[in-house]
Formats: sequence, structure tokens, C-alpha cells
Amino acid sequence: MNLSAKKVPILILVLLSYRLCSGAEQSEPAKAYDTPNDAGRSITIFWGKFEPSLLTVPEECKIFRSPEQEGTYELVATVPFDQLLYRDDDVDDDSSYYYNLVLVKEEAIVGSFTLGPVSSSPQLFNTGRLNVLVGVLICGILVAFFIVQGKTGRELYVRPIAGLSAIDDAIGRATEMGKPILYSSGVGEMSRVATIASMNILGSIAPKIAEYNSKFIFPNWDPVVTTVAQEVVKEGYYKAGHPEAFDPDNIYFVTQSQFGYVAAVDGVMVRERPATNLLLGTFEAESLILAETGNSIGAIQIAGTDSSIQLAFFIVACDYVLIGEELFAASGYITKDPMVLGSLKGTDYSKLIIILFVVLGSILGTFGVDTLVNWFSVG
Amino acid sequence: MRRRLPVIVCFLFGLFMLVQFFVPHPVGTEAYETVLDWVQIIYVFALFVGVAGIIKLHGSKLSPGKKGWFYSLTTILGLAAMVILGFVFGVGKGTPFNWIFQNLQAPMQATMFSLLAFFIASAAYRGFRVRNVESVLLLGAAVIVMIGRVPIGKMIFPYSPEVADWILRVPSMAARRGIFIGIGLGSIATALRVIVGIERTYLGRD
Repeated sequence: MNLSAKKVPILILVLLSYRLCSGAEQSEPAKAYDTPNDAGRSITIFWGKFEPSLLTVPEECKIFRSPEQEGTYELVATVPFDQLLYRDDDVDDDSSYYYNLVLVKEEAIVGSFTLGPVSSSPQLFNTGRLNVLVGVLICGILVAFFIVQGKTGRELYVRPIAGLSAIDDAIGRATEMGKPILYSSGVGEMSRVATIASMNILGSIAPKIAEYNSKFIFPNWDPVVTTVAQEVVKEGYYKAGHPEAFDPDNIYFVTQSQFGYVAAVDGVMVRERPATNLLLGTFEAESLILAETGNSIGAIQIAGTDSSIQLAFFIVACDYVLIGEELFAASGYITKDPMVLGSLKGTDYSKLIIILFVVLGSILGTFGVDTLVNWFSVG
Repeated sequence: MRRRLPVIVCFLFGLFMLVQFFVPHPVGTEAYETVLDWVQIIYVFALFVGVAGIIKLHGSKLSPGKKGWFYSLTTILGLAAMVILGFVFGVGKGTPFNWIFQNLQAPMQATMFSLLAFFIASAAYRGFRVRNVESVLLLGAAVIVMIGRVPIGKMIFPYSPEVADWILRVPSMAARRGIFIGIGLGSIATALRVIVGIERTYLGRD
């Protein structure tokens, strides 16, 4: 490391001041401060640095508060000593308060501190989430970079995903058998990312369904998703040049009852006997009931969700499963849109960075160094 | 303009949702709660669209000659009965609405949910069939976890709860966290694509 002569004193000064500051903090046995990263109206009283002798370990802390140092103090709370801190959430912003912290053992006072003045105020930025902001920015920059790369015509390789490659065959199979294709986005509202991903996939496969002239059924759990799905499929049919084949009645709202929806979709499966079931979106406890019913009627099933618990059920009951981010990659994979493919590449590189941090954190953690691990705690 | 306006609205609200996550100030949280209230209001109107869709779909099947007309009639009657009873007698405890919900709908939902037990058994039978090395490992892990989770497990093998816990905490959790990381990054990328208007499939036709 090359340090110029001018930089060395500055470095020493910084380290010294840090040392002095941390030393000063350690010498304070108790303190009261504005609760950080909150919406205001809260003061924290901390007595974690108080070191009692073995014979006088307090049992509880009585916390008194007053707006004036010499005024009348009112009891705010009595808490166990080993709680180490207390949040007073009953204060007004920008008003000064004094606290009297009384440490008690067997009704005898073993210590007392007067703290303040201190006032609370709301914060504009939650510093405990700075790491999240940095992570999102890094991921966002990588995604943006590769989107630009994709836009400029750079060829971006995406590994083959069996479940997505099988969609064409599954649609073709339904056409050959003269049976319908059943689609379900599960029990997610439109605000769920998995449901948005499901709509993107639907938009990618709708033109193929229109081209093959297969019957398409999409029972819905959510009325908003129903409306969006109707528009998405309609566009797909227009794109394929078969607007007349689009039937909005095949994409319909059923119920918002989770198991009522399952009963309806299972009923459709048993009556209509679809050749292909596409279960892509937000699924919960109903996943296995749907997938097993689909399996029992011999339909080829392609499933994908963002719930790791439901993925296990889909894996045993479906022919192909989109695991985790494959669901979000699907629309780009099917349409080969360079901008969407670019965003996939960006997330791949973000994943690489995370893997490096995981490996490094594991090694450092093994040797008792938790600094890197602590970077990832969110406030 | 038909597409540009929704994209601008989506961008602004997407950005707002992202920013408010980092802002604990009451102005941010109040604005966030207001947006959520508006979402609820819009959602109620969407529910009307959904109900209208149900009536239209099942109404078209009501001719006696059509297959399944009786089920469509039951659906419409059920829907109408719940709406009328809810408005006339209220939805609180002791009302006909509540009685129907507790004694018809809840048991029917529970019946559907209970099917899961049988489906888990059939899915487990298929999933645990020994076909290759991986399925042997899967079966072995599943047997240990199942034994470790039942009271008799400790009598069969004293360390079975600890081994089961270790399987769930270490290898299983490692795999799940790998999936979580992928899902998290995929969600960020999808959200970014929607916010900046690259992904506009949800808007429908131009």
C-alpha cells in the first residue's frame, strides 16, 4: 500500500478520533437519545454500559420523565434491568425531556442517572436500510447496463430452461389432441411480482395459442387479474392475426375464496380434460390440489411460482417446473426481447456478486469475524 | 397516449413505493397509507366488474337445454342470496349471512383443504419412488425428517429429532436460500422492467 507522507498524519488523526469517540461512548453508563430511523415521537433510554458490582446487580429500572431538569418527574415505566434499553413512544417531537433512571434491587436504590435534555424528531432516511439501497442500486445499474448492451445488439446468452422450451410442445399437444389449454395465475393480486411475471408469460404464449387455434381457459381468483389477462390475451390474438378467435368469456373471474377457486378449477379440469395445464404465478396451499388433479387427468403440466414451499409440491406433481427466478426470466426467454434478456443478464451478475459475498462471509464467519455478515442486517 | 399515460403513472408510483421504503418520516408513511387506501377503493370497483362477469357468464348458461344450467342457476342464486341477506340483515354474528358463511361456505372450504392430506400422500408416493441416486437421497432425507418429527421417532433412533433439525436447518435451508436469492433478484429485475416501461404486456393492446 502506498501512502504519501501527507496522508499518514490524517489517517492517524482519523483513527485516533475514532478511538477517542468510541472510548467516550464506552465510558457513558447510560444515555437517552432520539430513536434512530423512526417516524419521530420516540426517545430511547439505554443503560447497557452500566457495570454494577456483583453484589448490587439491579433487578429493575424505574424510568421517570420531566420536561424540566428541576421539575416534577413522572414514572414512565418499570422494566427489568437486563432489558438494557427502553423506548419511550409517548413524547412530542422537538420538545426537550429529562429522564431519571433509577436502578433498584430489593426496593433499594443501587444507582441513579439524570439524562437529557433530549428531544425526538422524525428522520428522512432510514440509515439501517442503506445496505438495501446500495444493493438495489448495484443490481439496478447492472440491469440497466445489460439492457443497454442488449439494445445495442450484443448477443446475450441465456441457458436453456427445460420448462420454457416445453411450452411450445405443450401447446402443440393440446392442438393435436383437440383439447383445451388451462392457465392459472393462482391466488395472487396484480401487485404481486409473480402475478406480473405470469401476465408477461401469458402475453408471450397467447400469440402461439392463437396461431395453433387451441381452446384457452383461464379461471381467475382476482377480478383485476381477470381484466388484465383479457387484455393481454386479446393483444396476443391480434398479434397472431386471429382477433376473431379471441373469446373473453374463456378468461373469467370465479371467486376470491381460496378453496372455492380450487374447487372451480378442479371442476374445469375434470369436465374439460385439458391437455395442458400452465400453473404460473402466485400459489399457496392450493398448489398441490391443483397439480395433483391435473396429474390425475393426464395433462402435461408446466408450473412456476415464487414460493419455495409450493415449488416442492409442483416438482412432484408437474412435468416441468420453473424454479425461482426462472419464472421471472420466462417472458424474455420466450420472446427473445433483447431488453428483457439484458435485464436477466444483469440479475445473473448480481447473483455472482452475492455468491462472492456469501463465500467470503462464510470464510470470515468461520474465523469469528462478523463484520461482513453484519453489513447485511436490515434496520 | 393510451400507453404512455399508464407507463408514466406506473413509473411515478413505482418510484414512490421504492423511495418510501427508505423514508421513515410521517409524510412518507402517511402518503403510503393513502395510496394503499386508494388501492382498496379501486379494488372494490374491480370486484364489481368481477361480479358482473360472473353474472354474464352464468346468465348465458341459464337456458334449460344447456349443459350444467342448474349449476349456473345455483351460483347466481347463491350470489344474490348473500348480497340480499347481507344488505338486509347485516353481516355480524347471528345474522343469516353469517350463518350461511359459518355453516355452508366454511365447511365446504375445509373439505377442499382436507383433500390436501390425500394429495400429499399420492404426491409423496410418486416423489419418493427410487429411480436414481438423487431420489434415494431424497427418500433417505424424507424418512429421517419424518421420523424426527413424530414422537415415536426418538424411540426408534434417539438422535432422529436432532438429525431432522440439521437436515432442515443446513442443507434444506441452504437450497431454499439459494432460491430466495434468485427470486429476490428476479423480482427486482421484473419490478425495474415494469417501472421503466420495458415490460408493458400488462397494458394490453396498443
